[in-house]
Amino acid sequence: MSDDGTQHPLKIYWIMWVALFVLSSFSYATDFMDRGALRTFLILLFMFIKAAGITWIFMHMGWERLALKIAILGPPVAILVLIYLMSVEGIYVEDSRLEHYGESTMEVLPPVHH
Amino acid sequence: MSEAVLYSGEKEAEGTEGLIEDWSRDKQVFGVPWGKAMMWIFLLSDTFIFSCFLVGYMSARIATTDPWPNPSEVFALEAFGYPVPLLLIAIMTFILITSSGTMALAVNMGYRKNKKATFWLMFATAILGASFVGMQAFEWSKLIAEGVRPWENPFGAAQFGSSFFMITGFHGMHVSAGVIYLLVVAFRVKNGFYDKVPDGYKIVEIAGLYWHFVDLVWVFIFAFFYLW
Repeated sequence: MSDDGTQHPLKIYWIMWVALFVLSSFSYATDFMDRGALRTFLILLFMFIKAAGITWIFMHMGWERLALKIAILGPPVAILVLIYLMSVEGIYVEDSRLEHYGESTMEVLPPVHH
Repeated sequence: MSEAVLYSGEKEAEGTEGLIEDWSRDKQVFGVPWGKAMMWIFLLSDTFIFSCFLVGYMSARIATTDPWPNPSEVFALEAFGYPVPLLLIAIMTFILITSSGTMALAVNMGYRKNKKATFWLMFATAILGASFVGMQAFEWSKLIAEGVRPWENPFGAAQFGSSFFMITGFHGMHVSAGVIYLLVVAFRVKNGFYDKVPDGYKIVEIAGLYWHFVDLVWVFIFAFFYLW
């Protein structure tokens, strides 16, 4: 093992690789569920587990020192604030549109398959 | 865990104590090669760019009063006589994961100075990446043929097209750049370029970071754009 821990036994990569395949299959399977809170929860759950696995194992973040972990993983937390603000804004814009223009009268076609 | 040793012979502290030491020792904070630190910082900035796209998409999707096209139907492909939802997207996802796996192995082989294995694993990663871009080009041309444009589409809200082309286009551009990057590094590994540079094989890990990030972004795009 090198001193910065970047040379690991291969086993952990194989485990991670298989886990990603399984989790992606689960993600894909959510598409066959009925839309609802459970489906949304599962989409987010599998997404976060996959993202954590890629970052922690494949990108070696798990073996880095805390200084680097915090410098890289800390700032993205601020995005949660942006998500919150923009969802509030989005709901407000939708409400204003409904109030001033009324319900959508758009006619949509079902998608065609080739 | 890393067990770096200071000049004084003491072992470096771990955890929060190590964090304070790293920042207060009057020397470089991150004990990693500068190329790796810079790649991480670049990826951090890229995280914000992709986040802006995805948050913009969220906001447009919430704000529109028109019905949002159902991605499950829009991206369905006919197979065995039935429309299978998200078929191509699922295949693309598995291809990208496979390429992430070969990249992880390439990094490991790089540290073992196994040039041949590193080259072929990186080459395989690049080929898988190129096939991903090829499938994305197919997906784009299929949607364009069906009348999806950045400003309108027959299936519902106009914002669907602009979000789709912006987000997948920017991601596809990252994959394409990654393929070129990986090929350059792979051929340099093959012809022994990094033997002449101290710690030269670190570049394989740095290129790997970029590639895994591209896979990471796809995880979020898959969840928020295709499944949501």
